[in-house]
Amino acid sequence: MLELENLSWTTEDGTEVLKNVSLQIPDGKVVVITGPNGSGKTSLAKLIAGIYEPTSGRIVLNGEDITEMGITERARRGISYAFQQPVRFKGLTVSDLIALSSKDNLSRPDMCDVLVKVGLCATDYIDREVDSTLSGGEIKRIEIASVISRHSVLTVFDEPEAGIDLWSFTNLIDVFRDMQKNLNGSLIIISHQERIIDIADELVVITDGEITACGPKDEIMPSLMDGKGCRKMCEMPREGIF
Amino acid sequence: MNAENKELQMKEETKELLKIVSDFDGTEFKGAYNIREDGGCAGRKSTENITIESKEDKPGINIHVKPGTKGENVFIPACITHSGVDDLVYNDFYIGEGADVTVIAGCGVHTITEEESRHNGIHRFFIEKNARVRYVEKHIGTGATKANRFIDPETDAYLAEGSYLEMDTTQIQGVEKTVRKTRAKLDAGAKLVIREKLMTADDDTAETDFVVELNGEDCGADVVSRSVARGNSRQSFRARLIGNTRCTGHSECDAIIADHGSVLSVPELEAYSEDAALIHEAAIGKIAGEQIMKLQTLGLTEEEAEAKIIEGFLR
Repeated sequence: MLELENLSWTTEDGTEVLKNVSLQIPDGKVVVITGPNGSGKTSLAKLIAGIYEPTSGRIVLNGEDITEMGITERARRGISYAFQQPVRFKGLTVSDLIALSSKDNLSRPDMCDVLVKVGLCATDYIDREVDSTLSGGEIKRIEIASVISRHSVLTVFDEPEAGIDLWSFTNLIDVFRDMQKNLNGSLIIISHQERIIDIADELVVITDGEITACGPKDEIMPSLMDGKGCRKMCEMPREGIF
Repeated sequence: MNAENKELQMKEETKELLKIVSDFDGTEFKGAYNIREDGGCAGRKSTENITIESKEDKPGINIHVKPGTKGENVFIPACITHSGVDDLVYNDFYIGEGADVTVIAGCGVHTITEEESRHNGIHRFFIEKNARVRYVEKHIGTGATKANRFIDPETDAYLAEGSYLEMDTTQIQGVEKTVRKTRAKLDAGAKLVIREKLMTADDDTAETDFVVELNGEDCGADVVSRSVARGNSRQSFRARLIGNTRCTGHSECDAIIADHGSVLSVPELEAYSEDAALIHEAAIGKIAGEQIMKLQTLGLTEEEAEAKIIEGFLR
């Protein structure tokens, strides 16, 4: 279980991005975090991954306070993070990346299976460099492949749909559904996409750095879909705990 | 001329260096070879299609590859195993028409004192019509102490019509100073591909200088250098492409700098024909923070991430 306790994050220039966010994400759940652009969703994901350090508050994973831990330590405790804008490397190949990700536990055929799962023709990509010759959609899928190879206890996908074409998007949904079936811990997806939201067991809405709604998807969805959007949700009780 | 074979007899230090610079398995070379050790010959073998003979007027060898020879290797590494050696060697390669061979060169310098040791290898390639050569060269310096190890390779290549030369050169560590000069002249339809990988550290200096004359119609050159400058090391990369006719030329310098390293990239493109298409690209900078972070999210430490990024970059 991941617990966020009164988590706040303020940028160096004094902008208060997240304000007292409290949330419990139990194992076995797919949680989709949604909300308007600039509301703090990616910042929250980066706080969980250790890329940002909170200004105040605590992050607890399976009973252990990981607030002071860096990215590496959190990764070694089973947190994975798929970047919204994947990083490119001159010289590192797709197979290098997946080998690092899986700690060399995947054979080449296994790596190919992972690539196929994210909609890539494995033989065309496995030896390619993860560099600027790849399109936005290709590198996004490779990023997702590198993350699902880890079989983490907590996986965070930051807008996985960004840059992905329609055909691949269907494929992506299948990937998440497959992960959902075989969840070893929990899955957090930052997304605006209705079809991704539809996968969620639980839904969290962030507006202006605060949780404005959270709970089972079926309870939250109507308020998302009634056309009044986040304004209505802001008026909802802010219990913020499942 | 002396084309006699000589049984392989070399020092243990040489064997260790050869494992690094020419993938020597400790027993034999599969192909023709000439092993240079501390300025002398530690072993030589010619084959039916590839003849290696000593030069009579200066130190070095002539390598003749018969026309049509396919898939054979030539090993010509040079090793220096102690300080105080100043080795200068001239090696000429005559590659017959239609041949397709791989040349594995490379130089290792092992020293344990601060006294200078130097190897200068001056290579000339005469590549006949439609012949193909892959040239692999690794340079390394090893030894327990900070030493003065110099390796200064010079290569002149003459590519006849339709021929192809691919040069894959690597210098990864331990060479305090290197000046690398490569000059090439290309006839019609000839192709030159150069992939240079270089890493310097401490107070090392490295200069690389390419001059390519694109003389024949539809010839082309692609010169790419990837380098890492660490410590206080300094590097300079110069690539001069001269387009005298309808041709293509591309030079690229990609460099990572760390610590207080510095890199100077100097492109020179000269077009003397309106059909010459010449391009230069350069990118110099430190390792991007996002790259380190991405690998950290996979469980690597910052140091492991940096090492992995450099390893991939220079592969």
